[in-house]
Amino acid sequence: MDKYAVQLVNISKSFPGVQALKDVTFTLKEGEVKALVGENGAGKSTLIKILTGAYVPDKGEIYVFGKKVERMTPIISENLGISAVYQNLVLAPHLTVAENIVLGSEPRKMRIFVNKSKMLEKARKVLAEVGYENIIDPNEKLGNLPVAQQGIVAIARALSRKAKVVIFDEPTAVLAKRETEELFRIIKDLKERGVSVIYISHRLEEIFEICDTVYVSKDGKFVGEMPVSETDEDKLISMMVGRKLRKEIYAKRNIGNVVLEVENIKNKKLKGCSFFMREGEIVGLYGLVGSGRTELARAIFGADPIEEGKIQMEGKPVHVKSPSHAIKASLALVPEDRRRHGLALKLSVRDNINLPIYKHISRLSVINHFMERSIANDFVKKLRIKTPSISTIVMHLSGGNQQKVVIAKWLASKSKIFIMDEPTNGIDVGAKEEIYHLMNELASEGAAILFISSYMPELMGICDRILVMRDGKIVGDVPREEMTEEKLLTLAIKEKNGEVSVNE
Amino acid sequence: MNNKKNRKFTFNTQIVLLLIVTALWVFLSISSSYFLTYENIANIMRQMAIQGILAVGEVVVIITAGIDLSVGSVVALVNIIMSKMVVSGTPIWISILSVLALSTGIGLVNGVVIYDMRVPAFIATLGMMTIARGATLLISNGSNVFGLPRSLATFASGSFLGIPNLFWFLLLTVVAIEFMLRNTTFGKYIYALGSNPEAARLSGVNLRLVTYGVYALAGFLWGLGGVLETSRLWMGVPTTGTGYELDAIAAAVLGGASLFGAEGNAIGAFFGALVMITIYNGAVLLNINPFWQRILVGIIVIVTVAIDQIRKRRET
Ligand SMILES: Nc1ncnc2c1ncn2[C@@H]1O[C@H](COP(=O)(O)OP(=O)(O)OP(=O)(O)O)[C@@H](O)[C@H]1O
Ligand SMILES: [Mg+2]
Repeated sequence: MDKYAVQLVNISKSFPGVQALKDVTFTLKEGEVKALVGENGAGKSTLIKILTGAYVPDKGEIYVFGKKVERMTPIISENLGISAVYQNLVLAPHLTVAENIVLGSEPRKMRIFVNKSKMLEKARKVLAEVGYENIIDPNEKLGNLPVAQQGIVAIARALSRKAKVVIFDEPTAVLAKRETEELFRIIKDLKERGVSVIYISHRLEEIFEICDTVYVSKDGKFVGEMPVSETDEDKLISMMVGRKLRKEIYAKRNIGNVVLEVENIKNKKLKGCSFFMREGEIVGLYGLVGSGRTELARAIFGADPIEEGKIQMEGKPVHVKSPSHAIKASLALVPEDRRRHGLALKLSVRDNINLPIYKHISRLSVINHFMERSIANDFVKKLRIKTPSISTIVMHLSGGNQQKVVIAKWLASKSKIFIMDEPTNGIDVGAKEEIYHLMNELASEGAAILFISSYMPELMGICDRILVMRDGKIVGDVPREEMTEEKLLTLAIKEKNGEVSVNE
Repeated sequence: MNNKKNRKFTFNTQIVLLLIVTALWVFLSISSSYFLTYENIANIMRQMAIQGILAVGEVVVIITAGIDLSVGSVVALVNIIMSKMVVSGTPIWISILSVLALSTGIGLVNGVVIYDMRVPAFIATLGMMTIARGATLLISNGSNVFGLPRSLATFASGSFLGIPNLFWFLLLTVVAIEFMLRNTTFGKYIYALGSNPEAARLSGVNLRLVTYGVYALAGFLWGLGGVLETSRLWMGVPTTGTGYELDAIAAAVLGGASLFGAEGNAIGAFFGALVMITIYNGAVLLNINPFWQRILVGIIVIVTVAIDQIRKRRET
């Protein structure tokens, strides 16, 4: 019965300046759902990419369904029935949703032409399987969708392959609760059909919900493997991080005057949003994918136009025309989509961190390289960004470490109002704690933080209040004492609009 | 491919290029006794000056993931207008300042068309290339302009501290642009724009100003090239500069610039231009059919970039 779907034996892989994997052996049985956990930069994605042929290992052997594969390539791996949802969605943004789903296995007409109607039909069918048939239009250009929906498309694409091994590299990083539940249903379905699954996530409770076994790696090495029934979160964390975490992350802070007041702002996606933030406050913003949280953040920051409504900062009306205005007004936005909006991937860690503040660390526009380097080094240390050096190109960092660079970049800006859109996206448990700590510190020093997240536990853990958004409107403002998962969720998914509006 | 090995054998583009240049120079000094004479080297410097300046301008544009095809035509336009002005009695300094202002303005127009009208750089500057060439032919009526003062020609053939005057301009340009790219906010913004314009915008970079700045700077350098060309030719030639854009792009790319943006620098462009000039010069010395020069340059561009790409793929 216990046949292996995948065996990776004694795999090593190095990149300039880093040994990403050291003699790692990883196996996956048929029908098994195995979690792969470890800190940022532990080598999880690298291992996956070796299995899918995206990287060639320096050393080691690959067996798929018992057969040795001499030189794995993406095509061989796909033909062997391996299909992956990569961490940084490798989809084609210029193609439509349907084209992305069938890419590489397009239904044909007379062998050379793509059969458009078949393609659409196929796309609709897989979208229906994941429960998104009427939400995502298969004819829409992929690049126009929000990240979460792009994530769904990536999942649909992987499922459409009828694969025997499906790999999910942090699929829930951008998904809210409802989408996550949908995904879990899909994974359970896959398991029932005998498909093997590799599941990577930094949200450990998910692993206990859907996985059979968990495999822990640290610094490119194997540290342990066990059935999930024989372990718990704390044990996993100490294996991964090597220390215990503080459970309580909330810190009592002094709340001061109102620093930001948003009144009834509207644009294409926003149907009238009002809220305020005070000095020293961490305000959560919850909502399902597509509820307009990201659009609200972008509108306040001047990244998207506002058609109606007012914004006041420290009691004075401001007109934020562009991000550079916003930055001058002491606003900072950690954007949701790090690769598209957050990072200049071809530039170094140092350049990315300093990009918003070059004006301040230069004289007559000549940059003070000493400050530039010391700021970068400082944040690399503070956030434990795993990188060979500050001049390493950001593209070469692991997903979580890239995210840390985006956060560092805005922490360095010394702003007063921070809008953080899914800042802990892809960040490991230990580093998350670090980031909550830094957020608390910022707020204690008088900053106001708008913390957008799809992950309720972290919102409830750190926020003074949580705003809930639905269909482009803010429909709730829940103080700390009244926070429960049910309450937030009901507000977020209430079918009829406007009934529970707690807003003044 | 373990770590240490990897580090030892990391060729970067400049090193590959340096090897090519050295190989060419060794080969040429063996095959031709004239090659390593002061006279020939000064000659190489003179030939290289203008092309080098244009390559440096092009590299700045290419780092933003843009391109400027108007190079050669603007050089010609500047050449003709400056010649006409000087011949009609305008003081040389005033003529020079006016043509520099003109070419910078042309660059600025390119920037406006590219940023504000969202015309792809390739098309915008292709249009400008045709317009500038047309204007050149119109103004000159298609004929050469003679009668420039001797001082201009003397300047082009003269030297300072043993180094040809023209080459000094190239050195200054390389140093200034390299300094700008590495050490100024504008330089950082140029790379950021080339890597991810949206991320740059959300980091508070004013993309409009950077785009204007880059194309205006490029235009200024085309103007400088045109002024030096006028001094070198000692007349106005409406067909001059044909194909300069391709030489400039080739030199920039040889020097490590990537057409996808965010990669490249002025020193690289300098060496890129040096390779190309060495080939042209060597071909003349060795009496090779001049048509072969172009073929050779084409092959070298393709091979260098291919080597570079293979190296990059190895790293992933
Ligand atoms: N293409 C690359 N070039 C250079 N270094 C790389 C490359 N890809 C990964 N690395 C390095 O290899 C190490 C492992 O990276 P990997 O992406 O596998 O981590 P991970 O476990 O997936 O982390 P995360 O949880 O942050 O996604 C990191 O230190 C990273 O910097
Ligand atoms: Mg990863």
